[in-house]
Amino acid sequence: MTCILETRSLNKEFGAVIAAKDLNVQIHKGEVVGVIGSNGAGKTTFINMVTGYLKPTRGEILFNGKSIMGHSPRAITRAGMARSFQVAQLFPEMTVLDNLIVALAAAESARPSFLSPLRSDARIARAEEVLKEFGVANYRDSMVTAVPQGARKLVDIAMALIGNPQMLLLDEPTSGVSMDEKTGLMDTVMNAVRQHGVTVLFVEHDMDVVERYVSRVLAFYSGEIIADGKPAAVLADQQVRDLVTGHRPTIKQGNGAS
Amino acid sequence: MRLDKTEISLGLIALGCVLFGFVSPGWLIFLLTIALAKALVVQGVVMQMRSGLVSFGQGLFYCIGGYTVGMGGQFFGIHDAVAALSLGMFVAIIIAMLLGLLLTRYREIFFAMLSLAFSMILFGILVKSQELGSTDGFNVHDWTLFGWAPEAGAGSQYTVFTMTVVSGLIVAVLIHRYTKAGIGVICEAVRENEVRVEYLGLSPRWLLYGNYVAAAAVSALGGGLTALATGHVDPEMAYWTTSGEFVFIALLGGLGHVAAPFIAAIVFSFVRTYAIEFVPHTWQMILGFTLLAVIIFLPKGLWSLVSREKTGERA
Ligand SMILES: Nc1ncnc2c1ncn2[C@@H]1O[C@H](COP(=O)(O)OP(=O)(O)O)[C@@H](O)[C@H]1O
Ligand SMILES: [Mg+2]
Repeated sequence: MTCILETRSLNKEFGAVIAAKDLNVQIHKGEVVGVIGSNGAGKTTFINMVTGYLKPTRGEILFNGKSIMGHSPRAITRAGMARSFQVAQLFPEMTVLDNLIVALAAAESARPSFLSPLRSDARIARAEEVLKEFGVANYRDSMVTAVPQGARKLVDIAMALIGNPQMLLLDEPTSGVSMDEKTGLMDTVMNAVRQHGVTVLFVEHDMDVVERYVSRVLAFYSGEIIADGKPAAVLADQQVRDLVTGHRPTIKQGNGAS
Repeated sequence: MRLDKTEISLGLIALGCVLFGFVSPGWLIFLLTIALAKALVVQGVVMQMRSGLVSFGQGLFYCIGGYTVGMGGQFFGIHDAVAALSLGMFVAIIIAMLLGLLLTRYREIFFAMLSLAFSMILFGILVKSQELGSTDGFNVHDWTLFGWAPEAGAGSQYTVFTMTVVSGLIVAVLIHRYTKAGIGVICEAVRENEVRVEYLGLSPRWLLYGNYVAAAAVSALGGGLTALATGHVDPEMAYWTTSGEFVFIALLGGLGHVAAPFIAAIVFSFVRTYAIEFVPHTWQMILGFTLLAVIIFLPKGLWSLVSREKTGERA
């Protein structure tokens, strides 16, 4: 299998906080990788570094074998790595359709036209297709502000996917989505992803969701990767149970607040 | 080139204006010419507002347009109106391309203040330039249009009026298309979420840069036409109160439609003219109350009176 994304001793320090410590990761083409870890473990920091949003303190990042250190998020996006966000990043005062059309036009050309209309028939048709694929066609003409959280997450991911990336990084795609909507959302996303043959890495807190979709799990703890392997093995790992997954039931039983 | 409904309406209104010019008194033609020319400058302000930036220094390009027309005629023998106006736009584009490199790094109040600073620098330079008449400025040389010299007075006044209406029409159609084109819509997207635009593989900064330069060209055209209409330019064109007036008119009209700045500029000119005439000492107060009323009752500008039913449009 060819390696699509590789990091070599990637480090990130925020003052005294070590958010990433010697991360050595190799993601192969076609893999679906789940990233687990409690809050503050460094999952978002990892995605932010890989997509050029944060500058690593030290280390090396390779995408398709070429270094992308110091590249801007837009250059990395253009190279074929797209992402979604923990909090959906959309254009709130535009319609859902327009959000997708902007994403589509951006994917087509880095230099938008000065005079030919953005909302061409071809783009509208393609955007509608994607909306249907993601099951959010009924929000086509709604302003983003009027769309529920789960659908926003889907639109966010659809915008990342409409540009046909080679790799997709999803930061907590199911956060803020109700329990019973989670599986539906992930099914939709994973179906779309499989059709496009995209390599996926996603951050997820729900171990059922993780087990259901991924071929490999990375467990983060305090900026380090403490386990990496098949889901069954990683989730059974004693350290992972102690430091990552083990806390969850206790918290839930504790006061129900979190 | 297929025209849509808005463009045909704009064309008809422009035609109406040109015909109206034949029967209306000189003072009214003059008032309308200045109002429409200023509206072009305001279009530049509005283009930037759509992208989330408020320029408090658009007077810079208004002044550059005006002075280029004036200096072209006085010092370089450029007497053809179209050539002079084009030169004004060209100079504005060059300067905007330079300043834009710095300005597009800034947002919000920093952008506003920095744009203001540049216009005040030009003001300062012009005030210090004795050859350009210092604070008095200088008169614009008589001009021709494709070799034809309109007779001084009413004839030339009507010619500038017609040129302004035609320029206004061309600019309005172009901006109407621009707003719906890639760059126009994506500039609005930049205003709404710059991070997302970056993560779609686009550079918010270069989008804003392109928009800034285009806005400068439009504003310079307004300045050039004003110079032709008044026959005079002075440093006041770059003064901060002038730029403030453009922002005022932009807010008055709103961002709802390409016609809004034209309507707002005409309303503004009338309100000011009559306010000065009837309450000479408190006309600023009248304008202040007008803006206050618009902000409170018509937050999307005067245009919302025209299109009450249109939802989804925003200020
Ligand atoms: N921009 C920042 N400035 C300072 N500290 C940060 C910043 N971003 C993240 N951190 C810190 O880095 C650590 C990892 O954060 P993050 O990657 O967001 O965790 P996760 O996504 O796993 O919840 C946390 O301790 C967090 O407080
Ligand atoms: Mg996170």
